[in-house]
Amino acid sequence: MSAALQADGVAVRYPGAAAPVLADFDLAVAPGEIVALLGPSGVGKSSLLRVLGGLQAPSAGAVTAGGVAVHAPQPRIAVAFQDPGLLPWLTLEANVAFGLDFKRQPARSKAERQALVDAAIAEVGLDAARKLHPAALSGGMAQRTALARCLARRPEVLLLDEPFGALDEVTRADMQRLLLKVVADHGAAALIITHDIDEALALADRVVLLGGAPARAIGEWPIALPHPRDDAIAETGALRVEILTALRAAIRPH
Amino acid sequence: MSTPSAAAPRRRRAAGGLGYALLGAAGLGAVLALWWIATEALPRDGSFARMFAPGPTFAALGELVGGRDLPLHVMVSLKRIAVGLALALAIGVPLGLAVGASARLEAATTPAFQLLRMISPLSWMPIAVMTFGVGDAPIYFLLTFAAVWPIVLNTAAGVRQLDRRWLLLAESLAATKAETLGRIVLPGVMAHVLTGLRLAIGISWIVLVPCEMLGVSAGLGYFILDTRDRLAYPELMATVLVIGVLGFLLDGAARWAHRRWAPAV
Repeated sequence: MSAALQADGVAVRYPGAAAPVLADFDLAVAPGEIVALLGPSGVGKSSLLRVLGGLQAPSAGAVTAGGVAVHAPQPRIAVAFQDPGLLPWLTLEANVAFGLDFKRQPARSKAERQALVDAAIAEVGLDAARKLHPAALSGGMAQRTALARCLARRPEVLLLDEPFGALDEVTRADMQRLLLKVVADHGAAALIITHDIDEALALADRVVLLGGAPARAIGEWPIALPHPRDDAIAETGALRVEILTALRAAIRPH
Repeated sequence: MSTPSAAAPRRRRAAGGLGYALLGAAGLGAVLALWWIATEALPRDGSFARMFAPGPTFAALGELVGGRDLPLHVMVSLKRIAVGLALALAIGVPLGLAVGASARLEAATTPAFQLLRMISPLSWMPIAVMTFGVGDAPIYFLLTFAAVWPIVLNTAAGVRQLDRRWLLLAESLAATKAETLGRIVLPGVMAHVLTGLRLAIGISWIVLVPCEMLGVSAGLGYFILDTRDRLAYPELMATVLVIGVLGFLLDGAARWAHRRWAPAV
């Protein structure tokens, strides 16, 4: 079975830069697997996510999703950014539905689209708020809406760029539980970019550390703990120290 | 649509709403009083100024509003405003979108626009009449010329201020150019377009009256000159009043439209 998302020798170069910011990056994410991509700021995490999502071409290497080459944004990959980026002139429901009817998305009838939207809104628990506009939503609700917008498209791959970075502690824990649930329900592969070790430990089946210049994967730790990890999190203490040490070592050479 | 961020100022406005409305009414009352002092209290009996006093003016207004002429002239003027604004929107929005989207086009057009914008539309009047002949056409031209600049400049500013995240969203959804334009850019700049439209309405209304003083036989500007020629000074003053009230209402409508259709960002 092919990986839901695979990167082979991917390099990322900023426009006009001589050397790539990130090189020789290999990764395979299996369906249902959650991988956390950890690294210091400026290491090219967000650019890598753009490449994996087909929003930007790699300067070397290739990305495939479900065995198909990724050259452009495609329906099987959904990207969620740190900021929900909801459209203020649309209701929550219309925000979730946004883009489902676009020409380059799979052709679906109006009823099919509505069913997907209804299911996604129910999944994130926002049924009561569906007619509200984004200005009336809390940060957590907005982030749930953004997640529902991704889920409505039934993606096989979820790419999340610091999705919960702007949320308070309680809301973040809430969103993490929700993410675990929907990833399990959908069997989607999820790649989470984060600089928060605890978030990586709480969510990921595998943590990949980026570092160096040009950046590459410099460490990888499987986390074979059952979800939810609220009780088991103490067991990750040693691992946390190990990853933190590696992360510090990755920052220091600069 | 209630918004947490807007709730606080809205509450303050509600609490002070009645007070502010009373202050506004007091200001209008003061203008009325000054008008009365200048035309009735100060001038001697039989003075020319007394023809323009509130008493005769309101009497004339009552007759005009009930009559046939004034409603006709009002309708003609409003139609010209509507046509001028429609043309200005049809030209100004696409132009503003293009200018806002391209830094080069902006650099190329900004000095020219600023120069053209500062030419009083009325100074084109003789040329407009020579080019388009007498009738409505030169008025449409002048009104469009007056109204197009705030729409172009505000639309362009709206495009430049579009939220990058919205464009990123469109990109990640593989939106076509038409989808990005219709579903993100146009709704995203709507608030700016409406701001431009509101400014355009104000300018058009101001330019309209003098425009209608040349080469046409209907409209509020024409009617002003007509009352003067008939020495019907109370009617003249009543028409001035009507122009003010209609302009006030038009601006109110523009503000309402802005609140109604501008996204609550």
